[in-house]
Amino acid sequence: MATVEISATSAVLRRPRRLSGNHLALGVVWLAAACFPLVAPNYFFVSLGIFFFINLILIASLNTLMGFCGQISLCHGAFFGLGAYTSGILSARYGLDALVSLPAAMVVAALSALLIGLPALRLRGHYLAMATLGFNAIVFVLFNRLVDLTGGPNGLLGVGPFEIAGWSPASDSGYFYLAWAAGGLVMLAILNLLRSRIGRALRALATSEIAADSLGVDCFRYKLMVFVLTAAMAGLAGCLYVHYNQFASPETFSFFASVLLVVMVALGGWGRYWGPIYGALIFTAVPELLRSAEDLELFLFGLSMILVLLLFPGGLAAAGESLVRRLRGRRTA
Amino acid sequence: MTLLEVAGVERRFGGLLAVSDLSFSVEAGAIKAVIGPNGAGKTTLFNMIAGITPVSAGQIRLRGERIDHLRPYRRVERGIARTFQNLQIFRDLTVLENVMVGRHSRTGSGLLGALLQTPAAHREERRIEEAAFAQLERLGLAQRAADKAGDLSFGECKILEIARALAAEPDLLLLDEPIAGVPHGEVDRICDLIRGLNADGLTVLLVEHNMRMVMRMSHSILVLNYGRKIAEGTVDEVRHDPAVLEAYLGEPEDVA
Amino acid sequence: MTDWSILLQLLFAGVGTGSIYALVAVGFNVIFKSTDAINFAQGEWVMMGGMIAAATIAVAQSPIWLACLFAVVIVTAVGMLSERLVILPLRRPTPLLITLVSIGLAICTKSAVMLTLGKNPAGYPGFEGDAVVTLSGASVPAQTLWIIGLTVVFMVLAHFFFERTILGKAMRAAAADRDAAALVGIKVRNTVLWSFAIAAMAGAVAGTIITPLTFTSYDHGTLLGFKGFSAAMLGGLGNLYGAVAGGLVLGLLETFAAGYLSSDFKDAVAFLVLLIILFWRPAGLLGRAAIEKV
Repeated sequence: MATVEISATSAVLRRPRRLSGNHLALGVVWLAAACFPLVAPNYFFVSLGIFFFINLILIASLNTLMGFCGQISLCHGAFFGLGAYTSGILSARYGLDALVSLPAAMVVAALSALLIGLPALRLRGHYLAMATLGFNAIVFVLFNRLVDLTGGPNGLLGVGPFEIAGWSPASDSGYFYLAWAAGGLVMLAILNLLRSRIGRALRALATSEIAADSLGVDCFRYKLMVFVLTAAMAGLAGCLYVHYNQFASPETFSFFASVLLVVMVALGGWGRYWGPIYGALIFTAVPELLRSAEDLELFLFGLSMILVLLLFPGGLAAAGESLVRRLRGRRTA
Repeated sequence: MTLLEVAGVERRFGGLLAVSDLSFSVEAGAIKAVIGPNGAGKTTLFNMIAGITPVSAGQIRLRGERIDHLRPYRRVERGIARTFQNLQIFRDLTVLENVMVGRHSRTGSGLLGALLQTPAAHREERRIEEAAFAQLERLGLAQRAADKAGDLSFGECKILEIARALAAEPDLLLLDEPIAGVPHGEVDRICDLIRGLNADGLTVLLVEHNMRMVMRMSHSILVLNYGRKIAEGTVDEVRHDPAVLEAYLGEPEDVA
Repeated sequence: MTDWSILLQLLFAGVGTGSIYALVAVGFNVIFKSTDAINFAQGEWVMMGGMIAAATIAVAQSPIWLACLFAVVIVTAVGMLSERLVILPLRRPTPLLITLVSIGLAICTKSAVMLTLGKNPAGYPGFEGDAVVTLSGASVPAQTLWIIGLTVVFMVLAHFFFERTILGKAMRAAAADRDAAALVGIKVRNTVLWSFAIAAMAGAVAGTIITPLTFTSYDHGTLLGFKGFSAAMLGGLGNLYGAVAGGLVLGLLETFAAGYLSSDFKDAVAFLVLLIILFWRPAGLLGRAAIEKV
């Protein structure tokens, strides 16, 4: 967010810098993350890293819409799926490479968001949630039933690897850097958006639409803008996902997946810029950690979710921030 | 010059007529007060002028141009800004950011500028911040600029709302009970502020219950009761109007 | 079969399905009224009712009605226990937090059933076995008539409970205004407990009476819960009579779409109509739009 130091006289007013503290932190974190494939013990961990960035794009975009802009969306999984299936079908059935399938994925997701957003964003709260949930359910049925197009419940097979004009990530590490770059761009875009005039208007309308409206903010247009933008980001994640897996199945994009994404936003820290990092870590790592427990995995996942919510209602990012504050306090005490 | 004209305006809520057949005008450069007992329709009137509540009948004109079909944000572009009776500050934003939102209608950098942080967008941000800070200085809130708006006292919040509305550079400022609930020491400060703004050319339409303030400050007064106009005129005219006395004090026989 | 008998058959099937959705919707509404939150575990309670009844019959060879009653009692207890363990400890029980916690609860409940009762589908015969009634050429399973009948009985009892009993009125008072209710001596936290009990009960009843027709398994609850929730929204969240209306509308829509259009896309059609209704009348069929005062 814009960090500005104000003193009593405006003469000492410090200009908002192009790069804020958050920008610097983002750069540092991303540079550190770039080292991951070099220290990872094997390819399995690198692939976890790839999924981390895909999940991060999903959770960060949803957090922007829900946490910062105050709109409930329970169809983020559907946009993820629309991106995945668009790219997957273009690749599997028409042999088109990512030069086409990547923008196509984002455009299809964005257009769908426009289609559902125009009527749905006039609603608030539960009703908006229901409309988005209904949309997800319809899309899920279409994924399952349009068998000739999508492969139905058995999934879409034969999706080619990610390829742009001849270049293709040669290995998992290569794919890791592709996902790393995409994740970094999305986080940068979100940071820039939140710091801007539009971002401020979004945060304002999340608190009080009436006040924002009476200060000149066209609330509906902005809500739609963010809805479409975050859907396009989910579409991007879908494209990355389907080309890495070379497979897609409807189960991954059900309404329960959408619900789970909302939970991850909350666990990471609702409306906090760094929350999605924690959320993506949980979403990626925890199922792996629990995998050895097999059948117990699901139960432990639910249990750990409840425990985190009971102990850290503000999400892990909030817990992290208060920990940092407490450490700082101890040092100066 | 007539800045605002309200003609035959009516507001129905189902069977209830909250405002009926209301007509009045506000001269540019004037301070006009709207008074009346509770439930007289004052806030409904404000909401209709600001655009949050649609008119059921009648017209509202700003500088001769009809505005009653416009959404609130469009009316801000045309020069109306307002404050709220029940504060609507953006609690999670800083004081400065609250006022910066007020600049929204006077600025225009879009999504691309935001995402790419273009030099043009950045320059505009600086201008927004300077303008917002200037408003805070003018209203004496500059030292709180970096605080979260939710941390301010009630009186400070009221002033913040005014600063925020002023940032939109309105020609007409709607103040909904600007000193209600404000500690005694702050009342004069806000009154002087309003008078100063008016001296600079701002037209003010305000709703208030504090009669002393209304009598001291207004160029003209509009009295409502049960959604209807019962009197309109200068302070002296209204003060001695029998209909007004009856509405506030009852029939002469009732005053034992 | 004549057109009329097809219509009648679909009508009965639709009302039967709708009754189940109505019961599930009542569960959502009762908890929504007392907490303003959406309880995602509702669907799992429905599933649990059927699964426990099936297990009881398989293990103890009890009569069907007894197994169903037993299952309802167990699931009601589970619902109350869930509230005490998971909702009560919340320091700041905001609707959002309760909703999120209920998702965790749903996951735990579902996997607990999977671990204890297995992954295989389970079922049992209806109250009158597999008897089918013929009405004007339409074949209607006797169980469907039982479903409709029992749902009506449940709704009447629920109406009586909320309108005439002290506890019911206390719950309505607490739902309308927590602080005012607390001030007149109503233990608000207890009303939440009772709302969970009633919701679990409604869910279990629905689960036990539908299983003879659809069979059940550990993952059956999620979709059913979702549809019940849709019915609740359709009728207006929090409105108990809306739950009935919403449930019936959704059940009939779904059945007629499957019968006359295509059973493949019946879910999509139902949700499409749901969306249309939402966009046309956001408060639901019987709900009242919330007005924000400035």
